[in-house]
Amino acid sequence: MGNIKQKDLILYSGLIILGLAAPYLFSAFKVQLTYLCVLIVLAMTWNLQGGEMGYNTFGNILFYGLGMYLTASVQVGMFFPLAEWTESGGEKTFVHTTTQYFQGIGVGLLVAAIIPAIVAGAIGYAILGLRGHYFAICTLGLGIAAGEIAGGIEIIGAGQGFTTPPFPAEIVDNEARGKFFYFLSFALLIGTFVFVKYIYGSRFRLILNAIRDNEDKAEAMGIQTMKYKIVGWMCSAFFCGLAGGIMGGLIGYIDSTDVAFDGREMGVFMVLMAILGGKGTLWGPVIGATLFHFFKEGLWTFILGWQYVALGVLIVVIVVYFPEGLMGWLREKYPERFGEVIDEKDRKAQVELK
Amino acid sequence: MDFLIFKAPMLMVQASLDGILLGILFALIAYGMALQWGVMNIINIAQGDLVILGGYIAYTMYLAGIHPAWGVIVSPIIMYFVGVLLYKLVINKVVDRDLFISILATFGIAIVFQQLMNFVFGADVVVAQSEYGTTMLFDNSVTLPNSKIFSAFISVLYAVALVIYMKKSRLGRAIRATAQNARAAKILGVDTEKVYAATFGINAALCGIAGALISITLTLHPYVGLPYTVRSFMIVIVAGLGNLPAVAISGMGLGLFEEFADYILGTEFRIGAVFMLLVFILVYRRFKLSKKREYLK
Repeated sequence: MGNIKQKDLILYSGLIILGLAAPYLFSAFKVQLTYLCVLIVLAMTWNLQGGEMGYNTFGNILFYGLGMYLTASVQVGMFFPLAEWTESGGEKTFVHTTTQYFQGIGVGLLVAAIIPAIVAGAIGYAILGLRGHYFAICTLGLGIAAGEIAGGIEIIGAGQGFTTPPFPAEIVDNEARGKFFYFLSFALLIGTFVFVKYIYGSRFRLILNAIRDNEDKAEAMGIQTMKYKIVGWMCSAFFCGLAGGIMGGLIGYIDSTDVAFDGREMGVFMVLMAILGGKGTLWGPVIGATLFHFFKEGLWTFILGWQYVALGVLIVVIVVYFPEGLMGWLREKYPERFGEVIDEKDRKAQVELK
Repeated sequence: MDFLIFKAPMLMVQASLDGILLGILFALIAYGMALQWGVMNIINIAQGDLVILGGYIAYTMYLAGIHPAWGVIVSPIIMYFVGVLLYKLVINKVVDRDLFISILATFGIAIVFQQLMNFVFGADVVVAQSEYGTTMLFDNSVTLPNSKIFSAFISVLYAVALVIYMKKSRLGRAIRATAQNARAAKILGVDTEKVYAATFGINAALCGIAGALISITLTLHPYVGLPYTVRSFMIVIVAGLGNLPAVAISGMGLGLFEEFADYILGTEFRIGAVFMLLVFILVYRRFKLSKKREYLK
């Protein structure tokens, strides 16, 4: 990373310091900040799919939910019988000690990152052969089917839900719990950002863009598109699984359709955030997710009961009137800032044509 | 897993008849889906929610003391205007755009519809009683609610009427012309904007009929729209656009699949099985086409 410019260095270190200081500065909003980190991670990984590769997926929620269930199951299953835990609702009978809790969540997150990536690799060959809207609908079906099926499996709580292990009893301090999950998600956010930034500077991104712009031509040029598509999806699945695992621990309760495979909320949010910020840009999803989160948190409390109506209207408005997103709009307005050279004569000629 | 159904032949007859009657209803929704997909090139995720809204119109009539079967006449009329309004507000802006835009925009509409229905009609599962009684077959071992037979009959009636209308009427010809080549139709004096509005309205009206039938045969709930969308999408991709007999047959096939899945896997996996079937159909077609180095378009 030797080629980072001085200006960028200041920006990044400033953001990291802000991120590290945030739970102390706004200590009442730690949960919200954790949500924000997770939302940004989801938007950025969706952007790898939808923005860079041109494969608009509704299916990343599958990995998110999978990660959530896996983390909790491993965390419980390592020390106690899983079936009895879910039977009893996870209360009182079994208590994790502090070490057990942290060991459990560590191993759980590891599993939650790897298994979804493997699943993405396994189903990738079949699913990524579909194109355009068939892919979108297929992944939509996949996400909802996962929720419906998880809601019928006894060992992970079926329809009544799965209580994740409570934070260790010795550290009852609510502050510590909030900080733990915040820093976990912040670390994930930094990891994701560094990874995505690395991809943005690599040949891999160009290949993904080639697939988006014209897959047949990319293939004709000798790129094994399927291989890269699967790798791209596995990367998304890896981070989505981790995000899900952290969210499961934070929420403390997993429901099959309302929390884990929540296509109606999280599944749409990630698409919306990426589009709001601007598909196919590094900062677009970050800005989109931040704006969306502030908007949502501000709005939700004022219009209690009408949130979903507002959400639906918001989706329609963003998609219909603002499909290029914030970054796309800025790019249109200030192309020089994005390193695009504009021929003044050409621009004028185009304006006259209109 | 429960394979009792294969040991009891009467159970199989029951499931098959239920499935076929249900499938005809699905085919009606799928016909609307095929119509708008073929003409306007949009995929409407809110299709199922239009169905449920149509159902609630019939349910409201039932609450007001009118027999809900009249819903099959009233509901499509109201839904036609709902459809045209929806077209004027949102759909006309997504017609020429990327299909994904239409998927997302109609997803937004679906969420709004679900929530508004939840406010107005409550979150309870409701059913409008038609009190048509039941028909007993084979020594009372197979029971068929008459409302299901009625709904299949009405579906077929409307589908045939629509086919004739599309063939004979001026608007029907305009719709078919626009589906074939919108630009050429425009040049030849067809007001495509009006055709699109009418198409979406007709689709919504079909949903209204199906919804009214569902309100007397099955149950209504604000959030069960999406499975109907997926079912109709599935039927359309199996049958192809504009092939009505194939739509009817694959609709019945889907109905059969669902009834058998219900018996074998258990009711809690019914919706899950529908969505998995969608994934399997798409993947199957993808592998079939990839042998010829083609893909689904």
